[in-house]
Amino acid sequence: MRLVVRAADVLQAERLIPIRAAHVDSCLYHGQATLDFVDRMVDGGAAVRVPTTLNVGAVDLLHPELWRGDPDLAERGRLLMERYRALGCRPTYTCAPYQLAESRPGPGDQVAWGESNAIVFANSVLGARTNRYGDFLDIAAAVVGLVPDAGLHRTEERRAQLVIRLGEDVPPALMDDDGLYPVLGIVVGRVAGGRVAALDGLPPGVSEDRLKALGAAAASSGAVALLHVIGSTPEAPTLAAALQDADPDEERTVDMATLRAVRAELGGDGEGRIVAVSLGTPHASAAELTRIAELLDGERVADEVELLISTARDTLAQVEASAVAERLRLAGAELLVDTCSYIAPILRAPHGPVMTDSGKWAYYAPGNIGAQVVLGSLAECVASAVAGHVVRDATWGTA
Amino acid sequence: MNGRLIAPGQARAPALVLEEPLSLWGGLDPATGRVIELRHPQHGATVSGRVLVLPAARGSSSSASVLAEAVRAGTAPAAIVLGEPDLILALGAAVADELYGVQIPILVLPADDLAAIRDGATVDIGSEGVSAV
Repeated sequence: MRLVVRAADVLQAERLIPIRAAHVDSCLYHGQATLDFVDRMVDGGAAVRVPTTLNVGAVDLLHPELWRGDPDLAERGRLLMERYRALGCRPTYTCAPYQLAESRPGPGDQVAWGESNAIVFANSVLGARTNRYGDFLDIAAAVVGLVPDAGLHRTEERRAQLVIRLGEDVPPALMDDDGLYPVLGIVVGRVAGGRVAALDGLPPGVSEDRLKALGAAAASSGAVALLHVIGSTPEAPTLAAALQDADPDEERTVDMATLRAVRAELGGDGEGRIVAVSLGTPHASAAELTRIAELLDGERVADEVELLISTARDTLAQVEASAVAERLRLAGAELLVDTCSYIAPILRAPHGPVMTDSGKWAYYAPGNIGAQVVLGSLAECVASAVAGHVVRDATWGTA
Repeated sequence: MNGRLIAPGQARAPALVLEEPLSLWGGLDPATGRVIELRHPQHGATVSGRVLVLPAARGSSSSASVLAEAVRAGTAPAAIVLGEPDLILALGAAVADELYGVQIPILVLPADDLAAIRDGATVDIGSEGVSAV
């Protein structure tokens, strides 16, 4: 309760409001301090008061043999993940709880979510209301069932302050390619910082998986917690709705030159040999796993390439029931759950070059695991995994 | 200068001014106190014992844990000065205080005051207010 009250003080909130659910990011091991904290909670007899899902932890509890690092560190990571179950949290261990039917909040639901990509998805795509809950506060809010009435919990704070427009030189074919969304997300994050932004110029009805890639990238390069995508997200049927009929504080245009420069910075011009392909950051949806199986189309991953796909254990169970998981394994893919390949020592050759379809992975993996990253669309990644070297399609052109 | 403390405490130490926002998670190694984000202009700088001055925090919500762990490991900055309030860092400081009894004051300053702090200047966050010399 002290932590929740401290948060209310920081946010200058006048009251606390009840939440319906929480998503807790605190179960990822970041050193002894994270264990010391949960021990203090468990020893004090704390338990969650609302349905609470858990974010990724340090280890794949279902496939512990995939861990290639210090066994002592794995044990500490595992212990932390288990300790959060003792508080009554559900062992979902996913960064994409919004892909689990039973833990998707609805429009207007007040929740306390951690994990930057989940936060931006909950607010933007689901229309639920959460601030950026950090480690410790997420579990504190779940235990007391209350959050400060501030920020994105309040309707007026959800107004887009900034309008970001796609330039007229961005071709429709690119908007219909998965490869645009992580790059655009990194640009949006840099422009928006911590502001609520409205993104205008995409065709209506952008798919959830593309919105996931866009938001995850935006929440990596900026403190983005809510991104209205005009024509695609529930509070933005029109630009005027996203602006709550007010004028924006600022308007910016993103042109092809900017997109190309950022794409190059993320390794989007990378060519040649690769040693691994990492997909599923944020965790792959059942639809994405099915698409990867279709793109592989019975071909096998090249011998010298490791194809690693991260997903949620519940999603894996879902695709085990269909033939998708088996098709992926027969093609040589490794399926990782409960964690992610850029926070845990999983990859055989983490320094790469590693190809990914994720802006978030491309953004963090160089610092976290020392990876040299090549960014591509999902289709390019799968084709490259089979070929053993980078395969590009013509979507971005050669200019 | 007048700012708002979002985590209590006092500190007097040389400033380390970051030109761009930093996510402590993925950006700071709590074992060494070094900035490890490769693209950051201050990549390789050590924050330990300095007054970390930056326009804003950003990115992952795991930064609170990284700050608490840096406090436990003795590599944390002496204080943090931000251009805008950041709940995640404030919570990291609150937990470090609860668990280890160490206070890392976090101060929010108006942009002009923040920009006036030069790298290496001694920043004094005390009961009387803030000064940078």
